[in-house]
Amino acid sequence: MNTLLDYTLHLADNQLILGQRLCEWCGHNFVLEQDIAMSNIALDLIGQARSYYQYAAKLDGKNTEDELAMLRGERDYKNLLLLELPNGDFAETLARQFFYDVFHLLQMEDHLTSSDESLRAIAEKAVKEVRYHVTWSSEWMIRLGDGTTESHTRIQKAVNKAWMWTGEMFKASAFEGDLASKKIISDPKQFKLSWDQRVQAILSEATLKLPLEEPYQQGGKDGIHTEHLGFILAEMQSLQRTYPGLSW
Amino acid sequence: MVTREDIFKRLENVFDPEVPVLTVLDLGIVRDVLVTASEIQVTITPTYSGCPAMNTIEADIKKELNDLGSIKVLTLLSPAWTTDWMSEEGKLKLKEYGIAPPVEGGRGMFENPQVDCVRCGSKNTKMLAQFGSTACKAMYQCQDCFEPFDYFKCHR
Repeated sequence: MNTLLDYTLHLADNQLILGQRLCEWCGHNFVLEQDIAMSNIALDLIGQARSYYQYAAKLDGKNTEDELAMLRGERDYKNLLLLELPNGDFAETLARQFFYDVFHLLQMEDHLTSSDESLRAIAEKAVKEVRYHVTWSSEWMIRLGDGTTESHTRIQKAVNKAWMWTGEMFKASAFEGDLASKKIISDPKQFKLSWDQRVQAILSEATLKLPLEEPYQQGGKDGIHTEHLGFILAEMQSLQRTYPGLSW
Repeated sequence: MVTREDIFKRLENVFDPEVPVLTVLDLGIVRDVLVTASEIQVTITPTYSGCPAMNTIEADIKKELNDLGSIKVLTLLSPAWTTDWMSEEGKLKLKEYGIAPPVEGGRGMFENPQVDCVRCGSKNTKMLAQFGSTACKAMYQCQDCFEPFDYFKCHR
């Protein structure tokens, strides 16, 4: 098992799938500025995904970046379950984004000191972009939470709904465990305390509460997905599968 | 034989397709030029991970240098691009074009930098949106002359 390849694909899939979800908002947002903001965030994520797929293709030596992104089966995708969840309303999209952004930043900060040169180089770029993402989603959490009764109710509901999918971020998969033992990355459980603190600081200001129960959903890193991923892949891959090798 | 300096001179003709007043040198994305007996290597670094202009810039560099021999454009991610690499001349050109150049300050999470209005020079401006028409810009508005304008984000 090539754990570095698996981990690189996990990172690539995270950004690609969330990027794809955010793209679904394009042209449907409630104000132009947020349509642009979410498209920009999607662009950053898909750009990062491309860097990871390029690196994965190098590690893999068999498939190209495009084949890895567009032609694998559902079970081969290693993204977090949280990121494949349907957009729902704006509040649900936002809660998903906020929980992930805070984690993503901690992960990129960790990669800045990775002994793997490529992971470090990608993180050097990504960390600046993800800081913007965290600012954007944090600001909206506060705006909706500390807003009207309607916005507060809806974002609290979205927080409650997304919460059970957040535990997976901190539970090391076999490939993460292996890389952590080789000191290439930190075990993601080490991000939990900082994540809790950062999330709590924003939620307090937003007058929102975190659910008390333990988040239990997991499986994405091992390719065990919700029913939603298949539909995203069908949409994303149909063109490549219908016309193999098609390009602009 | 062409020299490194010749290549840099020629690169002054290659512009950013999204911000067409800036050359690739003004942007600070050309990291190195290497002239060997068999080919010319130009190393560039992306501004943002997903910047769609990078592929166009690569093609434009190849087109510009086409008559000089075999051209190879390499992409380097690290060290990561920062607006500190933008030339002073580039910042002036941006301002004349109507885009406020990057300014320091406002590093805290919800702190925005003090950006002067590109039309009337007023300091009384506010950020309308953190993201703008391209990955590298935010949207501002002057509170005195009410002109909305783009701000080239300070990225470091």
